[in-house]
Amino acid sequence: MHLPLAFNAELFIQLLVNGITLGSLYALIALGYSMVYGILKLLNFAHGDVYMIGAFTGYGVLTLLGGPLSPSIAIAPLIVLMFLAAMVAAGLLGVVIERFAYRPLRESPRIAPLISALGVSFFLQNSALLLFGAQFRSYDSFVLGSKNPEFFEPGPLTDALFVVKNVNVQLIQVIVLSTTVALMVALTALIAKTAIGKAMRATSYDREAAAMMGIDTDRVIATTFFIGSVLAGAAGVMFGLLFSQVFHFMGFLAGLKGFTAAVVGGIGSIPGAMLGGLLVGLAESMAGGYLGGRWSDLTVFGILILVLLVRPSGLLGTRAIHKV
Amino acid sequence: MTLLRLRDVDTYYGEIHILQKISLEVGEGELVCLLGGNASGKSTTLKTILGLVTPRAGAVEIDGEDVSRRKTSYRIAKGLAIVPENRRLFAPMTVHENLEMGAYLRKGASSEALERVFDLFPVLKDRRRQLAGTLSGGEQQMVAMGRALMSEPKLLLMDEPSMGLAPILVERNFEIIQQVHQSGVAVLVVEQNANVSLSIADRGYVLQTGRIVLADSAKALLANEDLRKAYLGR
Ligand SMILES: Nc1ncnc2c1ncn2[C@@H]1O[C@H](COP(=O)(O)OP(=O)(O)OP(=O)(O)O)[C@@H](O)[C@H]1O
Ligand SMILES: [Mg+2]
Repeated sequence: MHLPLAFNAELFIQLLVNGITLGSLYALIALGYSMVYGILKLLNFAHGDVYMIGAFTGYGVLTLLGGPLSPSIAIAPLIVLMFLAAMVAAGLLGVVIERFAYRPLRESPRIAPLISALGVSFFLQNSALLLFGAQFRSYDSFVLGSKNPEFFEPGPLTDALFVVKNVNVQLIQVIVLSTTVALMVALTALIAKTAIGKAMRATSYDREAAAMMGIDTDRVIATTFFIGSVLAGAAGVMFGLLFSQVFHFMGFLAGLKGFTAAVVGGIGSIPGAMLGGLLVGLAESMAGGYLGGRWSDLTVFGILILVLLVRPSGLLGTRAIHKV
Repeated sequence: MTLLRLRDVDTYYGEIHILQKISLEVGEGELVCLLGGNASGKSTTLKTILGLVTPRAGAVEIDGEDVSRRKTSYRIAKGLAIVPENRRLFAPMTVHENLEMGAYLRKGASSEALERVFDLFPVLKDRRRQLAGTLSGGEQQMVAMGRALMSEPKLLLMDEPSMGLAPILVERNFEIIQQVHQSGVAVLVVEQNANVSLSIADRGYVLQTGRIVLADSAKALLANEDLRKAYLGR
């Protein structure tokens, strides 16, 4: 453990920047957990693996279009395509999982869909293992778009976009943060204003009453899975771009952290998932920076336990308003 | 013409046989009441009509079409609406949003439908930005009623609309039901309160532990000695 001798503002701000970036990613994963929990009271343990499939879809698009060293199209449209493909693939996967692994068990005891979720999780991990092998696959985002990749000259994504004092902000961090903010604004507007968003709120409050209004609740639940999985797919590509390495087991830890973020913020609460994600990302970054890397996961899960003990409904979670 | 017909419906919860060979019908523009004591199967009958539970035998027909295998949303689209037992408002949503949910299949709340509901319940207009869960019981009943009317239904189902309301509100409630009925909407009202409901109904059925034991005109039922002893003596 290396405690800094004096407070170092630059280090702190650098960790803040990294933590916010990481937090965006966790928040996106947490949203899917939270939305599904809100509507079905189900912990979708396959959600982390949907994120993993998103990451591999982005990797697939990158490879198909020439790979990171010699992409056949400009990198801006390339990255947009990677995001879109991953989001659509993850979204559809979420819908399929709901349809075949959860819907048939909807009237079963609550343990049944939970076991089914673990089954889907293993299924997806092992499918990825079969398809891509056990080794790490690299987005090589470090050299992506670089003029001289063979000399390891950084590409525009990871080259410092601007450096203030010694704080280094990369383009990829800006992309991750702004994409996350855009997705969250879109999601918030969708839930607050659109017919399907209102139907989602009505269905998560009282599914039978929603059905009585003529809302096709099966469709609403499928849409919820779609949206949550789209966000996870985006997060998968973000991870690939930020840390380069994707692998079949990556959804496990990310899923746990997304779940932690959802619980810390208050599971079922959309703003809670956003806040929880940010807190988990910051905690991980700060603990890693000040205490050393092996403390980061411990700190994250320590926070989970603390929140569960002190405020089980989470920071922004509300006790359900009692039905009259 | 017959809007709604149940033919020999048998409904179970698990292995428990609840509705036993229920047959009933509601004609266009009719006001029919379904009477029955606690746990006699009144709510189950409404849930069977809407497809929230699936009967093991028998058929549910709406407008002459057998909808027994159809989803709830399909049946609602055929012109049904319900004021459920305990109102079941979406408490964390605003009054306006609750009303919009009533018009969900109409692709949103038309301003005419909203105006009509606000004419019927002027208080709701001032409360439309308020969360439904924060309203008084009487106001919540209005929202539940308004929400059902937002879809301009042909047949309105009501599950114990007077439950939990002060006597003055019960009276007001039945006036509204009558008003809706006079505007041409058929109503099937489930009640334990036989006196009030029969006084405005055309016909009535009496349900006892899952069977229909009496079916007659409202007038005849009001005069029926057995029914008097069972329900009206209170
Ligand atoms: N979901 C369910 N699972 C099992 N049994 C149920 C369920 N819903 C209702 N029942 C049982 O079915 C019977 C009929 O219930 P139902 O709600 O239809 O009665 P009701 O006439 O509406 O009664 P109340 O006047 O109390 O509203 C009751 O014995 C009830 O316990
Ligand atoms: Mg009932």
